[in-house]
Amino acid sequence: MTVPVLSVRNLEVEFLTRRSTLRAINGVSFDIAKGEVLGVVGESGAGKSVTGLAVIGLIDPPGRISGGEIYLSGTRIDHLPPEEIRRVRGKRIGMIFQDPLTSLNPLYRIGDQIVETIRTHLNLSETAARKRAIDLLAEVGIPAPDKRIDAYPHEFSGGMRQRVVIALAICAEPELIIADEPTTALDVSVQAQIISLIKRLGRDHGTAVMLVTHDMGVIAETSDRVAVMYSGRIAEIGPVQDVVQNPLHPYAKGLMGAIPTLAGEEKRLVQIPGSMPRLSAIPPGCSFNPRCAFAFDRCRVDRPEPLKQGSHAVACHLYDTAKETAA
Amino acid sequence: MLAFTLRRAIQAIGVMIAVGVIAFSMFRFAGDPVNQIVSLDTPAAEREAVRKSLGLDDPVPVQFARYFGNAAQFKFGVSYQFRQPVSNLLMERMPATLELAACATVLAMVFGILMGVYSALRRDTILTKFFQAVSLIGISLPTFLIGILLIYLFSVTLGWLPSFGRGDVVRIGWWTTGLLTLSGLKALIMPSITLGLFQMTLIMRLVRAEMLEVLRTDYIRFARARGLTTRAIHFGHALKNTLVPVITVAGLQFGSVIAFAIITETVFQWPGMGLLFVQAVQNVDIPIMAAYLLMVSLIFVTINLVVDILYTVVDPRLRSTIRRPA
Repeated sequence: MTVPVLSVRNLEVEFLTRRSTLRAINGVSFDIAKGEVLGVVGESGAGKSVTGLAVIGLIDPPGRISGGEIYLSGTRIDHLPPEEIRRVRGKRIGMIFQDPLTSLNPLYRIGDQIVETIRTHLNLSETAARKRAIDLLAEVGIPAPDKRIDAYPHEFSGGMRQRVVIALAICAEPELIIADEPTTALDVSVQAQIISLIKRLGRDHGTAVMLVTHDMGVIAETSDRVAVMYSGRIAEIGPVQDVVQNPLHPYAKGLMGAIPTLAGEEKRLVQIPGSMPRLSAIPPGCSFNPRCAFAFDRCRVDRPEPLKQGSHAVACHLYDTAKETAA
Repeated sequence: MLAFTLRRAIQAIGVMIAVGVIAFSMFRFAGDPVNQIVSLDTPAAEREAVRKSLGLDDPVPVQFARYFGNAAQFKFGVSYQFRQPVSNLLMERMPATLELAACATVLAMVFGILMGVYSALRRDTILTKFFQAVSLIGISLPTFLIGILLIYLFSVTLGWLPSFGRGDVVRIGWWTTGLLTLSGLKALIMPSITLGLFQMTLIMRLVRAEMLEVLRTDYIRFARARGLTTRAIHFGHALKNTLVPVITVAGLQFGSVIAFAIITETVFQWPGMGLLFVQAVQNVDIPIMAAYLLMVSLIFVTINLVVDILYTVVDPRLRSTIRRPA
């Protein structure tokens, strides 16, 4: 088997506050293969974005990676000195943020920003970099790129700006793209275009994509596999079809049940009672146990680890039959 | 862009007319000017002759029109105390004030921006804390006190720098400059510091606050995610965005530097317009006061105009809103 592009092992991220240390990510592990799109879903605060930022090395104090390992194509990158991780960012990992309206520096022409990024990572002349920038803009679907390259960000619409942001993220042919809610700030009609663009780029360049979102529709549309996160842990991870159609973890079940369907009757959408615990008050055992309809005694004391269950891996004692029979 | 500049220029003329009205009304409300000119025992008939010769018996609107017409040609009448045309007096004094103000502003900008950027990027170093302390002093101590303290230290105690005057000046056309002689430069140091200290601390605090704000923005985070060097991020991206509001404030402050120069010029007996104005106030020399008022507002209005245009040079977003007026 080939080495995965991204391999995260038991990642832990902590935030030091005046009173205590909050653990935002607690033992997260996953792999993304070449050309694969991994969707990461979860409620706000589940740790999706922090996971993305940890991979690219942009966790700022008071936050820090307190444990685990991150491998990019087999090389460990989580403990690199700042200057070396800087070289990885933009070159080997591209990142797309949520809001294209604020991601670009308003005072510089988009061409200057792309050329600057290209020349930071690749040894190209000004003219060669500019030519490459025009090609990139054409590739992400900006019309008349040779003219638009000299426009300022405010002269583009939101969708077009997100295309520019994507061009910036892929300008040095990265192995991995982390897209942090790339469509949340966009119109629905534009969302589909951006999604298919990301998908196409991933396919054409063999780039691995980590797609962070809370939009199940986007995940179903784009991803090969999906990871469901809950309060800093992965609850369930598996092929997107299986997880959407046949979720195993009670939380994933609730999440999928909350997706409205056109075919459905007039029955109310399923809600998960309660809300995700605050980081300062994560309950012992399974962090989902206070909201879980199936919780039993073991859930309140013993923290479940993700276990292989067919094509899925699920962190839930309900499926831990081996241990149950042993006990 | 041209329409914008033109519109601003017309507004500027409006402001100047309003100031002109105020300047003119000083003649009417600050007592009878004839009394300032003649001596106590001048007979009434002679007073009337003076009044007539100065045109002070004409109706007020006529006098105003005449005053304004003259002012537009930089004729502000004759000073009561010096018996010389006010425009000559002002022209003679202006280089001193402008040189002082320019020096103070350059000083304030250079050190203000450097200290501001440093204290924003290295938030917890001893030097930053020192800068913060200096800025607190600069912002809270009154200008004249700083001037007097400097004189006490460097002129009286150490004897390094002259305590008053401009030193030797060189005449280039009608402009006199102290920048070309050693004594002129030495004389410039303390007044510039005194005048510029407040502006420097203001700019430093503004740069620091703006820079911290900019460093938190999404485009800086995205710039970091693109792997740009720290230097490119801090000085290419963050600083340029920081400078947009700084330009406005620094520009407008240049106007108040000229206005505040009154105090500094008095402390250092600097032969500029401010000192002339203070002497004029003491002697109720209304033509000088009125002309000074007009000059200062002309400078203010011009600076405002320049700042507005500069703004569009730095920030492309404003350019397009100006091109396509709503």
